[in-house]
Amino acid sequence: MSAAGFSNGRLVRLAETARAPVGFTFDGEALTGLEGDTVLTAILLSRGALRAAEFGPEARAGFCLMGACQDCWVWQEDGPRLRACSTPLAEGMQLLSAAPAQWPARSA
Amino acid sequence: MSRVLIVGAGPAGIRAAETLAGAGLHPVVVDEAARAGGQIYRRPPEGFTRPPEKLYGSEAAKARALHGTFDALVAEGRITHLSGRSVLALRDGVAYVLGEAREQVRHDRLILATGATDRLAPVPGWQAGGVYSLGAAQIALKSQGVALGRRIVLAGTGPLLTLLASQLQAAGAQVAAVLDTAPWRAQLTGGVGMALARPLVTLRGLRLRVGLGRIYHAGVTLERIETDDSGPSAILWRDARGRRHETRCDMVGLGWHLRADGTLADIAGARFDWDRAFHQWLPRADALGRAGEGLYLAGDGLRILGADGAELAGQVAAVACLQDLGLPHPDPAPLLRRLARMRRFAEAMARAFPWPAEAIGRLPDDTVVCRCEGVRAGDLRNTLPLSGPEANRAKSLGRVGMGRCQGRYCQLAGAEIIAAASGRPPSEVGRLRAQPPARPAPIGAWLSEAASECEAEAE
Repeated sequence: MSAAGFSNGRLVRLAETARAPVGFTFDGEALTGLEGDTVLTAILLSRGALRAAEFGPEARAGFCLMGACQDCWVWQEDGPRLRACSTPLAEGMQLLSAAPAQWPARSA
Repeated sequence: MSRVLIVGAGPAGIRAAETLAGAGLHPVVVDEAARAGGQIYRRPPEGFTRPPEKLYGSEAAKARALHGTFDALVAEGRITHLSGRSVLALRDGVAYVLGEAREQVRHDRLILATGATDRLAPVPGWQAGGVYSLGAAQIALKSQGVALGRRIVLAGTGPLLTLLASQLQAAGAQVAAVLDTAPWRAQLTGGVGMALARPLVTLRGLRLRVGLGRIYHAGVTLERIETDDSGPSAILWRDARGRRHETRCDMVGLGWHLRADGTLADIAGARFDWDRAFHQWLPRADALGRAGEGLYLAGDGLRILGADGAELAGQVAAVACLQDLGLPHPDPAPLLRRLARMRRFAEAMARAFPWPAEAIGRLPDDTVVCRCEGVRAGDLRNTLPLSGPEANRAKSLGRVGMGRCQGRYCQLAGAEIIAAASGRPPSEVGRLRAQPPARPAPIGAWLSEAASECEAEAE
């Protein structure tokens, strides 16, 4: 688990490090971001990628960061996908790099 | 009373809202961000502490003024701000809006101030995670206080290339190289025109450039981005004298100035013309931004004049709207004179930092053109015997422009490849028609209850 402000992922914090920590999970692993981080920022401070590309071997880590390219969609354990660059991190988010095992869910 | 809807809360949208509110109207402003400001004056989330001087440098006073104007209009109840929402579609006076839930906003008149995105040219290897647009690197720095890598190379051309490199360095990031594809000769001839139109702005840019020193290279040819499992590992390039270089890096930022985002303008019924100065399709509008019945365009989504030009264009579009409503309005003449100067500057800048059309036409067959779906230049070329040299047909059969970004980042390069392969100018290849939804919309949004209706009302 990475301490808030310490980076072992793709991104590096340069400023604004005095914010409250926010806990979340990514692919089941507990990680910590800071209040005001986007989901993209929080994941990529600890990891190198958000997901795998659907049409090639590459990893994906976002591209435009302004909601235009749609490169940064990630999954959540409870279903709905979200655009990581424009979604603020919230306490307890359970994020996934790929679809949950039970997807699409069968309704009872 | 007329219901006016403004889409976009950047410099153009904010000034349009202010002008309409000044005439007693109560516009509704829809914007994707949580806080108004647009991209160039984008604000960090609440609770961040860097002052505007740190975020916006020489433009801090303008940013403060815009943010202050908008916040005051909202606080005084003179405009309605629908933040964190995207307009997906427009039809028969209704905007279909998606945020936390679906909404329908009825309106009589529409001002689109949707701005621009980075204009991208493919570079072999650019599909790797860890390659970003230049705008992305600036957004990350401004609104999140992060660098997108430890050893950064910025490549492409345009004013953002130099500005971003300086901003990253000042914030403590390591910029290994700044690779400008614009040759010195183009920069000199264009630069003279820029200096004549806006000497101070040109001088400021020059000073930033000089400050970069030896990491800056002009007239560069980009060969490819080397990648490994973790993303970019190096960029291979040739300098203006043809010598090969390899620069190690873990992040590459790419961008060739800006591309007007005409998606909603197209859906709203605007017509488009090929603009030779900006080398892209731009919506057709009169001098005040009228683009159709009750449709007005402003800002970089209409003409790429930058933030100062967008503030003027926003006011001018609002004036056009007030004129059409028969309401008292400010005199547009002084605004139009200033806009003309912005336009001279922007056209000179387009000459100084040209789009690398020939280089794109020559890209190797295995270069990914469509980053969404991994469609390569060779795939596109092989589609042409079947589709013919027309952008929409080539999209249907070859899928360049069919992916999630809806062609925003590949269609200009795709058109150059089709043009070069078929021996015609890109203007004859045509322009991808925009399709709603303008943003991907989760199907779940339609499974829940009906959309709430709201009216862009007037006083």
